Amino acid sequence: MGMTITEKILAAAAGKKAVRPGELVNAKVDLVLGNDITAPMAIQEFEKIGVAEVFDRDRVVLVPDHFVPNKDIKSAEQAKIVREFARRQKLTHYFEVGRMGIEHCLLPEEGLVGPGDVVVGADSHTCTYGALGAFSTGVGSTDLAAAMALGEIWLKVPASLKFVYSGELPPWVGGKDLILYTIGDIGVDGAAYRAMEFTGPAIAKLSMDGRFTMANMAVEAGAKNGIVPPDEITREYVQGRAKRSYQFYAGDPDAEYAKVYEYDVSEMEPAVAFPHLPENVRPVSAAGHVKIDQVVIGSCTNGRLEDLRLAAGVLAGKKVHPDVRLIVIPGTQKIYLQALQEGLIKIFIEAGAVVSTPTCGPCLGGYMGVLAAGERCLATTNRNFVGRMGHRESEVYLSNPAVAAASAIAGCIVGPKEVL
Amino acid sequence: MILQGKAWKFGDDINTDLIIPARYLNTSDPSELAGHCMEDADPEFPRKVQPGDIIVAGKNFGSGSSREHAPLAIKAAGVSCVIAGSYARIFYRNAFNIGLPIFEAPEAAERIQSGDLLRVDVDKGIITNLSRREEYRATPIPPFMQEIISAGGLIDYVKKQKKQYQRTVP
Repeated sequence: MGMTITEKILAAAAGKKAVRPGELVNAKVDLVLGNDITAPMAIQEFEKIGVAEVFDRDRVVLVPDHFVPNKDIKSAEQAKIVREFARRQKLTHYFEVGRMGIEHCLLPEEGLVGPGDVVVGADSHTCTYGALGAFSTGVGSTDLAAAMALGEIWLKVPASLKFVYSGELPPWVGGKDLILYTIGDIGVDGAAYRAMEFTGPAIAKLSMDGRFTMANMAVEAGAKNGIVPPDEITREYVQGRAKRSYQFYAGDPDAEYAKVYEYDVSEMEPAVAFPHLPENVRPVSAAGHVKIDQVVIGSCTNGRLEDLRLAAGVLAGKKVHPDVRLIVIPGTQKIYLQALQEGLIKIFIEAGAVVSTPTCGPCLGGYMGVLAAGERCLATTNRNFVGRMGHRESEVYLSNPAVAAASAIAGCIVGPKEVL
Repeated sequence: MILQGKAWKFGDDINTDLIIPARYLNTSDPSELAGHCMEDADPEFPRKVQPGDIIVAGKNFGSGSSREHAPLAIKAAGVSCVIAGSYARIFYRNAFNIGLPIFEAPEAAERIQSGDLLRVDVDKGIITNLSRREEYRATPIPPFMQEIISAGGLIDYVKKQKKQYQRTVP
């Protein structure tokens, strides 16, 4: 019986010839990750285990990104715990403010994750790295603590769901729209405990940035991991970037899938997820010109260079609507600098947007754009739960960066075609 | 172990932002987190929850973020256990890792109403609704999770296995 790519990676990490869905394995991890919210608790648990040092100081990565630059005194204390632990353990990859980025934009960019890796991170969007053909999943702080000590983690091998996307992507439709429609189709627990494997001719042509967006939101369907089988686009991305050796895995032709979903992307239009679940998806033409107070372009979902280029393409020479605050947050310092050199930042500022240092900030209602009661925000982020970006009576809508930019101009939710 | 308490009923897809909003994640202090537990789902909850009370919810409980603050806030609020139709996977792991008893019991999740008095036999996975004179069975806890519970949580489990796994550090 053949194996899927997810099963092959886990088998190799567990030192086994083969694994089957449902099997419990003890897998070696190639990298573990924590941030300023989850690492302090993990450090506290790690210290209870009684080992002096982490399993490998090159493979434990800490990225303060959620509430930094420190938003208040308590956040400063949390960040300090992380910083001091990183120093004490002499971690190679601790990323300080000014040299950091949103973790899931930063790690691939830095070549710290690669094809074939097993990665666990104390952040649910750790599934992002599946875009590179890695097995990557989110865990809590105690699991992170154990993985930091052992370099291993117990995992149940997930059954795989295969998603096949065919046809040509229409203009202004990308990875965000594909994943939103998919979540809209299967629901927020439609892939619970499963692997989501993204394949097909439309994925073969999709950029790495688009693939990161798709794998990033696998958790919004409840998945354990999202994965894109690596190809030439993957190779081009990791070559010259990878800091470790990597391996391309491919599923067997007779691999077993719990279910196969097929989508034709040719007729799709940009998608919008309505409050308060990412599964409440409508085509933008059916969004009904919902009036908005704020637009956020950024996050681990859509804060990459391609996203900023798309937004700037729509905003160039135009002005943000008088009733809208547009907040643009480049995912990493490198993305920020590149956007500056390409003139994108100039476009944003001339349009009337604010441009922030990389941070998760408003995505989880931390800071840099928290909503008041009754306010509505269209965001390129990943969650539109009750109270996600602020007051429990505020609303978050999700879309791709081009729709977000167009809506910032219009003052209500519209597709790019309506403003260009 | 027998747990007894009053039910607080919630709906489907109770995510970790509802369990503990991210705006309070600038601390890991359990009692501080408890003060905001379930606040965005029911603002009355943190003030009115009594020690031993039981959270009952529908499908996909604990979806969203990986924050372990969520089960910690529930535990620190004095909630004795959670009964739900199903759980999101990270929350499920986290609850076991920190020692919050949780039960997957779709029938119980459907039948129980807010205010019902419940008795839970943790070892047998039997939930008795004293108010409605009904009994429900929880899905058995997988043997491996059972091992973690018997060890006293993941950290103690790891401690026991430490020598076996520990590597030399460069």
